[in-house]
Amino acid sequence: MTGILLLEQALNGLQFGLMLFLLASGLTLVFGIMDMINLAHGALYMVGAFFAAWLTALTGTFVGGVLLAIVLTAAVGMVLESTLLRTLYARDHLSQVLATFALILILNESVRMIWGSDLPLRAPAALAGPVELLPGLYYPSYRLLIIAVGLVLAVVLYLLVTRTRMGALVRAGASNREMALAMGVNIRRLYTAVFGLGAALCAVAGAMLGPLLAVQVGMGETILILAFVVIVIGGIGSIWGAFVGSLLVGFVDTMGRSLLPFLFREFLPPQWAAAAAPAVASILIYLLMAAVLFLRPQGLFAARS
Amino acid sequence: MRNRLMAGLIAGTLAALTAASPALAADKVKIGFVSTLSGPSAALGVDIRDAFMLAVKLNGGRLGGLPAEVTIVDDQFKPDVGKQAFERLVKRDKVDFMTGVVFSNIMLAGLPEAVGNNTFYLSPNAAPSPVAGKDCNPYFFAVSWPNDAYHEAAGQYATNQGVKSAFLMAPNYQAGKDSLAGFKRFYKGQVVAEVYTKLGELDYAAELAQIRAARPEVVYTFLPGGMGINFIKQFVAAGLNKSIKLIQPGFGTDQDVIRAVGDSMLGLFDAAHWGMDLDNAANKRFVAEFEKEYKRLPTVYASQGYDTAMLIDSAVRAVGGKIEDKDAVRRALKAARFDSVRGEFKFNTNQYPVQNYYLREIQKDAQGRLVNRIVGRPVFTAHGDAYVQDCPMR
Repeated sequence: MTGILLLEQALNGLQFGLMLFLLASGLTLVFGIMDMINLAHGALYMVGAFFAAWLTALTGTFVGGVLLAIVLTAAVGMVLESTLLRTLYARDHLSQVLATFALILILNESVRMIWGSDLPLRAPAALAGPVELLPGLYYPSYRLLIIAVGLVLAVVLYLLVTRTRMGALVRAGASNREMALAMGVNIRRLYTAVFGLGAALCAVAGAMLGPLLAVQVGMGETILILAFVVIVIGGIGSIWGAFVGSLLVGFVDTMGRSLLPFLFREFLPPQWAAAAAPAVASILIYLLMAAVLFLRPQGLFAARS
Repeated sequence: MRNRLMAGLIAGTLAALTAASPALAADKVKIGFVSTLSGPSAALGVDIRDAFMLAVKLNGGRLGGLPAEVTIVDDQFKPDVGKQAFERLVKRDKVDFMTGVVFSNIMLAGLPEAVGNNTFYLSPNAAPSPVAGKDCNPYFFAVSWPNDAYHEAAGQYATNQGVKSAFLMAPNYQAGKDSLAGFKRFYKGQVVAEVYTKLGELDYAAELAQIRAARPEVVYTFLPGGMGINFIKQFVAAGLNKSIKLIQPGFGTDQDVIRAVGDSMLGLFDAAHWGMDLDNAANKRFVAEFEKEYKRLPTVYASQGYDTAMLIDSAVRAVGGKIEDKDAVRRALKAARFDSVRGEFKFNTNQYPVQNYYLREIQKDAQGRLVNRIVGRPVFTAHGDAYVQDCPMR
């Protein structure tokens, strides 16, 4: 029984981690290549989820809604980059934080004005039930779909970064921006493309998590904090770091929530365990981040030394 | 800065004006309504608000004979936003009554602003245990039910059914702790696990895996609003509903949750102090008018919002519109002379209700809709709360 519990929790951790990865990969590229702290990244996740909910209702198919949402969110991201965020690259980090924080507020209220504070989004009815993976291990089929999408995108992203010309430019930009500029890379176009890619990945995460969680204004802020934890752990600018960091955060959070209560009950009086376990479980990923910062301040896989 | 100065000046002028006017009958009754009106738990606040405004509308826009001016503010499910709204409504707008809040943590953040400034707070939902006991206050009335009560009734029901093992889960905040304490007070079987999750948690994958591993006979959860909707959806998606019985507090399987989750809820049990099919004239009128006005069926939250407005109506009427006389208003509120949709109830010395609690089952009605129906005799009759002896008010 405990084996099955661990396996199910491992799947849960994987599912959560992969979705975090979709957000963190965009964030880490923007941070690593453009040296830009983009707090509004979470807002794009929200915009993607709202597009998906709206377009799913409009087109009548979940797949169609999600695909259109990805395209539209990427477009929104690229427009934002080429009109507004571009002017911030030369500024210091504080100005970027202030400006993109303002952007969060503006996007939140714009979404509220257009669609209201939340929209319903349901997974396809065919994926409503559980699947028996092993005898005794039932797992919700929709969560399996999320895992599959996350894994496929991780592979695609890996190939894109390591095997294509754009990927080479991205890696060059991340490891040494001035040198890449000096070598004649069209940085402006590259930046816009990277930003669009990040926004598209946000939209995938928002649209896939929407039916599981809720499509609502402000959904981006909570997950953005986790995405920042991921890139700090993984090392700024590194896709591989974002991947490892996401899975670490996903596993530690899920395992902490489910196993800490058992662990604490072994060593502590029950009323202490009941009080301490949820409290410690909720700060576990921040402890992980603090430990990584202490041992390797540059993150596990920093793109730059 | 200048805005704040202006606001201060205006507030000062208004205060001077109010102070100057003699204590005659007021020309209107001002009500501040703060509730959660956005986000995944918005349905609760919306139901309270809609039912409250329905009562005002059915009274011709008046409460107790005075024109009612209701200022509605969204607390966005954030205690700090709720507290600011309380402060603004109580200090600047000088409302006569505050009401509206769904969640205990937000209510507790705002409450000192109201009762500290001698403004009545009539709770249409949150009724936490500290305010029932040592922190009870003459300016606080719980028009709903003590935080523990539904859970006590559910625990009693589980005991009556001879349930051997139960898995308990609630968010990690005051009402969550109150709720499971209440369930355990009347449940005599074994508690296999007691899990507290983050308030506002929407992904219950980790907890569902624990439930599967623990194999309890019954799962009892206190997860109001969007949390409960997500939990029940994920509970069904994980296939747990086939082997484990889910018992809920009344709001956990109410019409808002049924709308979101659908047919898989048929046959679930819950405990509540009110049901759409309670047989009294006030309730029949309320249910019919609510459905006519809003094209949906009311929840327990709606019944509480409606009763809160009717309580204000009765009290303002009883003092002849002299709402400046706080002592008289308090006596009139405590008398609760109105036809509550829940039937008979009275306020205890701590100003929390003493009333009946029922077991409800989700059944199909004549039109094929899923609705909560009261089954059997009340689980508790004239039931108060466990904290009243700690309250110094007599």
